[in-house]
Amino acid sequence: MDGNRRYAKKQNLKEGVGHNVGFSALMSLLQYCYELGVQYVTVYAFSIDNFKRRPEEVESLMDLMQEKIDKLIEEESIVDRYGIRICFIGNLKLLKDSVREAAERAMRATAKNSKSVLSVCIAYTSTDEITHAVQESCREKLDAIEQADSHNQEEGNNLLINLVDIEKKMYMVAAPDPDIIIRTSGETRLSNFLLWQSACSHLYSPSALWPDLGFWHLVWAVLNFQRDHWFFEKIKKQI
Amino acid sequence: MENGSVLQEVKLLNDPQLNPRRCSQVITMLLYMLNQGEAFSKIGKLGLLLLWHFVHFVVSIWYFAVGIAYMLESYLVASGAFKEYKTHDIAKLQYLAIVIESGEAYETSKVITLLKWLAAIGVKHICLYDTEGVLKKSKETILENSNATFWEGLDKRSSLLDQKLMTIEFASFSDGKEAVAKAANLLFVNHLKLGGDLMAPIFTERNITDALRAIGCKGPDPDLLLVYGPARCHLGFPAWRMRYTEIVHMGTLKSMKFGSLVKAIHKYTMVHQNYGR
Repeated sequence: MDGNRRYAKKQNLKEGVGHNVGFSALMSLLQYCYELGVQYVTVYAFSIDNFKRRPEEVESLMDLMQEKIDKLIEEESIVDRYGIRICFIGNLKLLKDSVREAAERAMRATAKNSKSVLSVCIAYTSTDEITHAVQESCREKLDAIEQADSHNQEEGNNLLINLVDIEKKMYMVAAPDPDIIIRTSGETRLSNFLLWQSACSHLYSPSALWPDLGFWHLVWAVLNFQRDHWFFEKIKKQI
Repeated sequence: MENGSVLQEVKLLNDPQLNPRRCSQVITMLLYMLNQGEAFSKIGKLGLLLLWHFVHFVVSIWYFAVGIAYMLESYLVASGAFKEYKTHDIAKLQYLAIVIESGEAYETSKVITLLKWLAAIGVKHICLYDTEGVLKKSKETILENSNATFWEGLDKRSSLLDQKLMTIEFASFSDGKEAVAKAANLLFVNHLKLGGDLMAPIFTERNITDALRAIGCKGPDPDLLLVYGPARCHLGFPAWRMRYTEIVHMGTLKSMKFGSLVKAIHKYTMVHQNYGR
């Protein structure tokens, strides 16, 4: 969701206002996605790299996120209408307490929804996700060895950590690999977003800034994905 | 009454040998379905399918026109018609990755031509990647014919800019996710050796980078990644190395053009990154 600050500059708005407009754009786009029948949508709301921004900007972004998270779980919001289960993906311990608590509230409130899933990546980077998954799979292996020892069982020298063990510990384990990844503002890099999960994803980089992204951009992304669908299926079989 | 079987029967109405009694039975069933509104939904679906095919046909025409425009632009760039593409700060592009769809990676002569073009532009360090490791198998042929050496990794004393000859690294899907699994095992074994079985392991990104280097994945993060294939997709290039890599789709290897390559590299040298700030 890149381009909120540039949008505010372009429209001569105060810097923080760009993020508010960006949130409205997100709500519209989510509606189009769920109406189109897309079941899993993942958004990159705040990167661990974004903590390097000016403290005032980080603080105002945190406040905005907390406000919007609480609004999302109100009655008759988009979450209710489309039966959306919200997951917050990332190193949530890096967030300030009030934001983390709001995120946990939202996850609890929507846990029973089952029609579609919205994964919000917050305090997230792919490399942090991979590091966390490696760490957790090592801890799990350590526990398994200790349990085998305490029951005097032969562990079978199974000290190997498999790829499957690591993938089970990824933050994004609840959602399948994305079919399409959209990066706005004409930037062609992924900026540490879903690097592990995007091997077979169609990468689309519209030049539109995030608040300008609309229905027709989504349609164009889907049409291009459909054109190359045969190729993506072929790649999935190879990998 | 099964709707599918009625519609199958309707198709047989074309048959001139059809029994008139059977014909009137089928028409009666069809009228019943129309009355129930079910045939319309089938006809509606057929109409939507035709519309979908038509939309995709229009998109294909658009891409055909765009392809011709890119071809013309590429010839103009290659002939030096555009002043802005004549000079660029090639030193900014320290490490280039080329991802080639495995089916096309068998075209070794095309890969060698591409490497010669890159050498002419001044690119020094390249990583060639394909999912299935086809390029790894043709390593010797490629290195011999492109006057380059095999990438052995950097030692502490030299930097990428110091290297004189073009170096080529070969990578495949197993250097991505599977390499991370091997690195995880190395970290786990080291943790146990340090007497860490009583403590939960805590790893940082630095630990993962060092473990990957220790198992032989020494390549740096590429600045630019050019994808040669039918779709814009990185095909599983090692995730750990792609954080801030610019990814550009160049079309298929069959249709590769020197002018498009110059343009892509020039555009890269003009990019500015905030790295999250």
